[in-house]
Amino acid sequence: MIRLARPLAIALGLLAIWELVVRATGVPHFILPAPTRIAAAFAARGDLLFEHAVTTLVEILLGFVVGGGLGTLLALTLAASATARRWLLPLVIASQAVPVFAIAPLLVLWLGYGLTSKIAMAALVIFFPVAIALHDGLKRTEPGWIDLAQTMTAGRRGGAARILFRIRLPAALPALGSGLRVAAGVAPIGAVIGEWVGSSAGLGYLMLHANARLQVDLMFAALLVLAVMATLLYLAVDRLVRRLVPWAPDASTDLLSTETG
Amino acid sequence: MQDRVAVATPLGVRLRALTLSYGGAALIREVDLDLAPGRITCLLGPSGIGKSTLLKAIAGLLTPDAGRIEGDDGRPLAGRVAWMGQDAGLLPWSDALGNVTLGSRLRGEPPDRERAQALLRLVGLAEAAAMLPAKLSGGMRQRVALARTLYEDKPVVLMDEPFAALDALTRHRLQAEAARLLAGRAVLLVTHDPAEALRLGHAVVVMRGAPAEFSQQLTPPGDPPRDPTEPAMAALQRRLLAELGAEVTA
Repeated sequence: MIRLARPLAIALGLLAIWELVVRATGVPHFILPAPTRIAAAFAARGDLLFEHAVTTLVEILLGFVVGGGLGTLLALTLAASATARRWLLPLVIASQAVPVFAIAPLLVLWLGYGLTSKIAMAALVIFFPVAIALHDGLKRTEPGWIDLAQTMTAGRRGGAARILFRIRLPAALPALGSGLRVAAGVAPIGAVIGEWVGSSAGLGYLMLHANARLQVDLMFAALLVLAVMATLLYLAVDRLVRRLVPWAPDASTDLLSTETG
Repeated sequence: MQDRVAVATPLGVRLRALTLSYGGAALIREVDLDLAPGRITCLLGPSGIGKSTLLKAIAGLLTPDAGRIEGDDGRPLAGRVAWMGQDAGLLPWSDALGNVTLGSRLRGEPPDRERAQALLRLVGLAEAAAMLPAKLSGGMRQRVALARTLYEDKPVVLMDEPFAALDALTRHRLQAEAARLLAGRAVLLVTHDPAEALRLGHAVVVMRGAPAEFSQQLTPPGDPPRDPTEPAMAALQRRLLAELGAEVTA
């Protein structure tokens, strides 16, 4: 509980300053609503926020699974086959030159206003960091392990595949973990962009409409829900990665327990 | 299991007219070398002369520019060689037992846990079977690597400065254990330490020059592990240092 005290104190302090600034300057609520007003919007529109939050959460989670899965699959394909590396790698890198914002309308056109286009969008932004991080990790296996493994499997069929799955992939799990952490950070962006371009539900949709109607307090409330969801996703992925690679030196950032001193 | 480990049919190694290069420069050109079956041959030479490259070529990890590497039965060595490097090369996510049986898993065979456990006992690590490498000391890790090498049960063993990273006492103990446990296999042990070569080698070969050449095989009296501080060994050590190009006083 003590490790929660400090971030809580920081948050409460900032909110108090915010409240004071709004009251002192008398800025209109449709420009910057006071925290108390946002809290009121929360109380009044809680079920609406919840409903849209569920939609966005589903998009983010499915996008994460699809994008992470495809990224992993691609990285393994690139590691297993030199031909795939020659043909696919330039294509993968070039694909990142196309901004996601630019393809968003196309995806909505092709896949419709519903969940599918948002999942595709989230998967699209997640796929790249996961694929590249794992690809790098698979390339950087300790050369001594590969030498040893090749001596052990000399003249045996299936040796390369077993070296990939029993040595190179486990060795690359910390790298995959970094990729998944980055992906957890960008996943909500993909889903929200998808909702902005064309949708009938989700926090992005809600924010867009609240903004147009000058319900800035509701917009802030939606933003807060989105931020909490993104943080929880990051923490969950971080926890999962640590459980997956207990042997790796810990390189992640823990939001709650950095230096107690 | 007794003190010695079961040995497969002994096998020697022949290098004929072997040429190896690294980054365009010839490391060795058309050299011959024989490794006697069941004997430890120590290859002594300064750093960077190509000892490790030669070892990798024999292990089949790189293709020589010219020449032949084969068993003394005339067949290729693939699948009949075990490898041990300077770094233990243990997989950090696998416990000691898992590391010893790695070869089985990579070949798609069921691991022989009983034999692995017996080998761990033989290198003095019976209690450490379930420990991860991070929990082991440098000497213990190298012992696991030795058990893994023995588990492979190959007639030819290639060792690339396997004791170089250890402290003096641990090195001394492990050298003796290795000499005992590797008996019956053709071992090529690369080192830059003349004392280690004299302690462990049935034969010692000095590698020098560019492209490198092999000296005559020196065969110190007696069986390894020897005591390199004996007067006779000290004299040989001076001779080896001189062959390596050191200016020897005293």
